[in-house]
Parts: sequence; structure tokens; C-alpha cells
Amino acid sequence: MTAFLTIIIVLFVAIAIWQMVKIFDLAQVGVSDDQVANDKDNKINAYLMLGFLIFIYVLTILCFVLWGDLPLMSNAASEHGSEVDNLMMISMIVIFVVQTITQFLLHFFAYKYRGEKGKKALYYADNNTLEAIWTIIPVIVLSGLIIYGLFTWTSIMNVSEDDDPLIVELYAQQFNWKVRYGGNDNTLGKANVRLIDIDKANILGVDEADPNAQDDIIVTELHLPVGKPVLIKMRSQDVLHSAYMPHFRAQMNCVPGMITQFGFTPVITTADMRLTPEIIEKVDNINNIREEKSIELAAKGEAALDPYEFDFLVLCNKICGKSHYNMQMKIIVETQEEYDAWIAEQKEFKDSLIK
Amino acid sequence: MSTHADIHAHDDDHGHHPKETFMTKYIFSQDHKMIAKQYLITGTLMGIIGVLMSIMFRIQIAWPEEPNILFEALLGKWAPGGVMDADIYLALVTIHGTIMVFFVLTAGLSGTFSNLLIPLQIGARDMASGFLNMVSYWLFFLSSILMVCSLFVEAGPAAAGWTIYPPLSALPMAQGGSGLGMTIWLVSMAIFIASSLLGSLNYVVTVINLRTKGMSMTRLPLTIWAFFVTAIIGLVSFPVLLSAALLLIMDRSFGTSFFLSDIFIQGEVLHYQGGSPVLFEHLFWFLGHPEVYIVILPAMGLVSEIMATNSRKPIFGYRAMIASILAIAFLSTIVWGHHMFVSGMNPFLGSVFTFTTLLIAIPSAVKAFNWITTLWRGNIQMNPAMLFSIGFVSTFITGGLTGIILGDSALDINVHDTYFVIAHFHLVMGISALYGMFAGIYHWYPKMFGRMLNKKMGYIHFWITAISAYGVFFPMHFIGMAGLPRRYYSNSSFPLFDDLANVNVVITIFAIIGGAVQIIYLYNFFASMFYGKKAVQNPWRSTTLEWTTPVEHLHGNWPGAIPHVYRWSYDYSKPGHDTDFVPQNVPLKEGEEELHH
Repeated sequence: MTAFLTIIIVLFVAIAIWQMVKIFDLAQVGVSDDQVANDKDNKINAYLMLGFLIFIYVLTILCFVLWGDLPLMSNAASEHGSEVDNLMMISMIVIFVVQTITQFLLHFFAYKYRGEKGKKALYYADNNTLEAIWTIIPVIVLSGLIIYGLFTWTSIMNVSEDDDPLIVELYAQQFNWKVRYGGNDNTLGKANVRLIDIDKANILGVDEADPNAQDDIIVTELHLPVGKPVLIKMRSQDVLHSAYMPHFRAQMNCVPGMITQFGFTPVITTADMRLTPEIIEKVDNINNIREEKSIELAAKGEAALDPYEFDFLVLCNKICGKSHYNMQMKIIVETQEEYDAWIAEQKEFKDSLIK
Repeated sequence: MSTHADIHAHDDDHGHHPKETFMTKYIFSQDHKMIAKQYLITGTLMGIIGVLMSIMFRIQIAWPEEPNILFEALLGKWAPGGVMDADIYLALVTIHGTIMVFFVLTAGLSGTFSNLLIPLQIGARDMASGFLNMVSYWLFFLSSILMVCSLFVEAGPAAAGWTIYPPLSALPMAQGGSGLGMTIWLVSMAIFIASSLLGSLNYVVTVINLRTKGMSMTRLPLTIWAFFVTAIIGLVSFPVLLSAALLLIMDRSFGTSFFLSDIFIQGEVLHYQGGSPVLFEHLFWFLGHPEVYIVILPAMGLVSEIMATNSRKPIFGYRAMIASILAIAFLSTIVWGHHMFVSGMNPFLGSVFTFTTLLIAIPSAVKAFNWITTLWRGNIQMNPAMLFSIGFVSTFITGGLTGIILGDSALDINVHDTYFVIAHFHLVMGISALYGMFAGIYHWYPKMFGRMLNKKMGYIHFWITAISAYGVFFPMHFIGMAGLPRRYYSNSSFPLFDDLANVNVVITIFAIIGGAVQIIYLYNFFASMFYGKKAVQNPWRSTTLEWTTPVEHLHGNWPGAIPHVYRWSYDYSKPGHDTDFVPQNVPLKEGEEELHH
């Protein structure tokens, strides 16, 4: 299918090039082979400018219609996420308006004021009023965006420990994630990669002598109770990684040698998220694509693809080596009861060590 | 100062240069015009490599892990059975970025046109130091050779991204490309920086000291202003990258811990303690951000000049254009932190950098509006150079506007390092600067080679490039907003992004078309050197001094005395004159008033 489409498109392009050569050829009849633009060149290219303006508009509309209704654009799964989305929408509207107007002026002027023999341009070098206007308008618009942006940023980044957030450590290594909970005391034990002892299964380098570390819980899935603030402390053991949780509008780099952090409050459980219309639509769409692909695979005698079920993910978003593209972990948001039941089943650090 | 005096002594005894041999004329030339051509051709060859790489990794993204004859032929052992290896994918991405940003758009663009135009447009016989200029080119050539050699290293070329963040770039055990490949990358870049600094120093000194009589700073064409300010930014920021590269070399080879601390990799703890990768990020972006203005300012200068000439109108708001160049240059050095909003640096710094970053939109907006107004009521000559200039303004606006989102720390959280970023910077500095470069080449080709480029091929080149550039980078915004991270070898290892696969196919098809049409340009470029129509002295009827020199090049530029300058460079369609342009060396008529003096 893709191969067929490619051939069709290449064919169209070839025809387009051929047609354009012909247009330019016809325009040249009876004109010397002077390589400076003449009136006919000006006219053709002026019309093409107008055509290009339409192309930009059509492309914009097409992109919005086909891909603009993105699940990740407007259904944040965290409390601060909707604020980010609002700011995003406002910025997008500003961009859209400015883009539409300026591209129109640029291409329309190029069309309208195309060169003709004997015409003389207007000697117009300055206009202080005009220039003041288009300095001041961006100043006002940008001031608004800056102020709104700064308030949003500050409210996201200022995590207060007074809200009694759940403390979780997200630990990155080439090429997977681990999670450490503080346990009953909600306090993470001290840790450093120098304390890693593979033989004893102390894979995160947790300080075995630290009393706070004894009840820590180390797992390979991030479970979060809905509605409760979580403060994620991040570590990396080898190279830079970045914990990108697009559904929660959250991202922070994991830096070897220092602890970074990002706090947010999940507002919807994984189960509820799967029932939202956007996600249902997205999942159906993906499953249709996967079914089609499975038919192709079956024809080649390969195993079919599993159907997709929605899950929140944390993705690595800082180039970290060969398998960077495949370094992700499930995030499960659940009710407090479900979370409590799950965490009660996990082994505490002191019991997980091989003595 | 001896050089200064030396060059002015030539005012009278023109043309009595020592006899030129093949070696001194074509290879170790000290003539700025020949050096410009050397820069352009080296940059073009590097550009071919860079674009070919991008086509290869775009094919991998669109049809992940499918065998391809192209890979088998070009990648050899890196594509067993024709399937691209994940390590070489990252290497292609890395070297593509390095080559395009530094070797094509810094050396190829600024190196070519600063060298060609500074002496010619300010009325000087040559650069302040022809010798340093020659050394600058040959250092650039050496660094290009080294960068190309690094592609053939056993363990693979550098693959840590063009930003080479440690520890990934510092530890050979983290990635094959961080061994010898990265060492050569660093050495190549250190030499490149030395070349760039010598060049910049020369440009600054030349513009300050060697302007001809009457060429005051406010009569300079905007090209010269752009090159001048670009050179200053380069002098301020490139040394910082050099220091980052040197410290990284120390960490890699001599066991220091500037950027590394607490690392456990492949079963062992390394000795590094107390360093921070964030420090490297600061040092890198202290150059890295001004670098995008080092790339775009010369393009802006070229476009301003070409737009005025082809609109047959003065550039609108000449002084505002200079002021905005200066404002952009100043702001460019205090916005680097917007690349680091989620690096782990203090969030308060994020606020400061958001503020300074969004300020840069103001001078940029002024420039865009001034270009649009320059077109208004013009008599627009649609030469290929003019089309690329209009295309430049279009992509600069489209790409620049999304900077409002990326520069805003709160919004950057979610689109940081996604395809949204790729779309943004490719449009605003990649494609735009490339358009600026093409515009410059079409416009000054007659000056460089004495022949004209074929305009018909130029038109086809522009229109197909313009359509495919939008076709490639516009949809990328949307997959970025959907959360697709950049630098992923394959997007099909988990199903979250399966619905974006078809967008990637569309993008790749446009990329292949856009890449293929450059063949027409390359043919036009090389064939016209020998078979192009012979150029007349001033084919675009331009006002600036370079068109007062003879078509045949001679060392020293003008056969007679250097012309004096009596007016600014934008007297197009001035009332009271018969022609629609008045060259800068034409004295004011009686009673004629000069604008801006």
C-alpha cells in the first residue's frame, strides 16, 4: 500500500515538474535567453506566489483536521495540565492569527506588485508611526504571554512539601526505569550508585544502614493514587535521561550525580481515562491500523500484533544510546484503595536483599 | 597596522601583483573572492553529505527496520541485510546536525558571503589580512576532512546528538560512537572553531578599518551590518564552546571530572566525582544559542539586500533593521537557558530565560514587517534570488512563531525534545538560512563566476523546494504536539504512536522530493560555471559597489582607484533620477538630498 502510494506521488511530482518546465518554456517563446527575470517570469511567479499562499492555508487546515484533534493536546491527566493546555491554546490562537495575516500580506504583495516594464516603485524608506505600531503590538501581546507563562511555570515548579505529597523516586538507567517508594514513612532512604551491590541485589545503591531505607519499596511499574499530589525525585546511574510523561504534561531530565524533581497531581485513573471518548477513538484507530498490519504480517507468515490497550507511559526523552527509542514504563493511576492494596503486596527493601 | 597601510598603498599602483601560479591562484589563494568560492564549494560538498544522511534516517523513520538497498550500499556493515542499525541511526542524526549547522550554514554561508562581499561592498582591495583569511579556510577544510574521516571509524562516528551532552559523549562504554569517533569529532570542532575565530576577527577588523572614503557606518549595505555583527557574536561565543570541548577532552582522556559524577555503568562504578553535566549544557548553549543567530543573521542581511534590489525600492526602515540586528545580537547571548528548562537547573532561572527569550520576538517581528513593507508598491523582479528571499520571510515567520511556545517554559515542558522542536528550528533557522544561502548564490553567482545561473532551473528548484520544505516540517509540529520524542530510531516498538506512522511516511516522501530537486540545483551550479550565459557587469541593476568591479576577477578588485561613496546603498526608484537605481559611487546631484544623513 505504501509502496503504491509512493509510486503515485512520485509520478504526480514528475508530471508537475514536466508541466512547470512546459509553462516556463511557453512563456519564453520569442524572448531572448537572458537570465534576468522578464515581465512574463514576473507574472507567472506572481501567480505561483498566490498559489503558494493557498497551499500554506490548505496545508494548515489539512493538518488541523487530520492531526489537530490530538489526544495529547487537550485532555491532560494532571491538575496543572489543564492550565498548560489553556496557555497552549491561547498561544496557538495568537500564532494562527499572526501567521494567517502575515503570510497573506507577504504573498499577496509579491503577487500584486509584480514587476512590469516601465513601472516605477514608490520611494518609501521610512515611517516612524508604522514602525512604532509593529514594535508596540508585539510588546503588548508578548507581555501578556510572558506574564501568563511565568505564573503557570511558577505554580508548576513550586512544589510545596506541606501538601504531604507521595514521595517517589524514578531511577533511570540504560535502557529501563525503576521506581522506589518511601514505604510507610514516605521517606526515601539515602542512596548513591557507589553503594550498588549486584550480588546482594541492591541494584539502586540504597544505603543498607539507613533506617529510612528499610521499608523502601523498589518496583518496575509506577503506581499512583488518583487525586494525591506526587513528588517524583529523579536519579540516573549512567547517562542523561529524561522522564517524559506527556499525558501529565510533565518532564524532567535525570542527571547522574544530582537529584532532580517534578511534582504533579494525577486527576484521572487509567481505567477512567480508557473510557474517555478521545482515548476510545484513538485506541480504535490504532487497533484498526494494527489489524491491517497484522494481515500483512500474516501473509508473510509472521505473528500478528497484539491489540492495543491505553496506558499512561513515561518515555525517555533525552538521547541515551542504542535503545533510547525503547525505554518506557507503564504508569498506573488508580484509586487510593487499589493503590493501598497493591503497595501492601510489594516487598520491602530489607527483605529484598540477598543475605 | 602595516597591512592596512599596505592595502591603501595599492590605491595607486594597482595591478602590480607578483605573478600568480596555479597554486597561489586556486589553492593557497589569499584573494578573498577565491577564498569565498573555496568556502562555497566545500560547504556544498558537506551539504550533499548532510542532506543524504537526512534522507537515509527519514526512510528509516517512515519504514522502520525495513531493508533498503540504499542502506546496504551506503552503510555497509552498519546495515546488515539492508536494515539500518540503531547505533548508526543516532550517528546519522548527530553528524547531519553537526554538518548542517556548522559546516554548511556557518562556514558555507557566512564564510562564503562575508569573504566575498565585505571587501567588495565596503570598497576595499581585500581583507585586512589575506594570509589569516587563507589560514582560516584551510583550517575549515582540515576540520571538514576530519569530520568526514570520523564516519569511517571502526566503532562508528559520534552518535550522542549534535549537542554531545556528557556522560553519553564521554563514556565509550555508553555508546560505540563515544570512542574514537567522538575524539575526532571534538578535534574537528576545535579546529573549526579556530578557523571561525580567525575569520570573524578578520571580518570585524576589515569592516572597521578598510571602508572606502564616504562609506560611513550608516551607508553600509545591511549585508555588511549582518556579517559584522555575526562576526562579533562568533568572537564572543565560540571560545566558550572551545572551552567546553577542551574540558570534555580532559574528562574523556585525562580522568578529570568537570562534567561527570557518580556513574555506574556496565557493572562498575567509575571514579568521577563532583562534576555536572548541567555545566556542560550551560557552556554548550552559551555558544549553541548565539550559533543559530550566527546562522540566520547573514541570511537576513543577504535577504534584505536582495529584496530591496528586486523590489526596486529602498529597504524599509533601514535604521530599524540595524537596530533590530543589534538587539537580536545582544539578546542572543542571554537566552541560552531556554534549551535547559527541564535540565534540572533552578526553576527561577527558567523564568528569567523565558522573559529574555520572548523579548527576542520583538526585533524579529520588526524585521519581518519591514521586509513585507519593502514589497509594498514595489516593482518586484521575480528572479530566483528574489523567490528564495520571499520564501525566507515565509519560513522565518512560520518557524519563528512557534518559538513563542518553545520559549515559554511552562509550554516547553510538554514539547521539549519532541518533533515540535525539530519543526521549529528547521523552519526558522535551517530552511530559512538555506533559503538565504540559495538567494545569495543566485544573486552573486555572476559576481563569483562571471556567468549567469539558468533561471528556469532556478524557478523549478525554488518552487519544489518550497513545497517540500513545508510538506516536511509543517506536519512535524503536529506529531510533536502528540508527544512523539525526537531521536527515536523506531516509533513502532510500543503502540502509543502507531497512529502517527502515516504522517511520518508523508514527511519522508516530501523529504525525498525536496532532496531530489537539489540535483537540478547542483547541475545548474556546476554546469553554469562553464556553460552559463556570460554575465554583464551589473545584471540586477544594483546600487552597491561590488557591481562596479569588472566581471573578470583581479586581485585588488578595482583596476583603477577605489570608488568613493556618496550615498546609502538603497537609492532605488529615487525621484529625480532617470534610472530606477543610483549606485553608491554616483555623487549627489545639485540640490539632491540624501536620506539619513
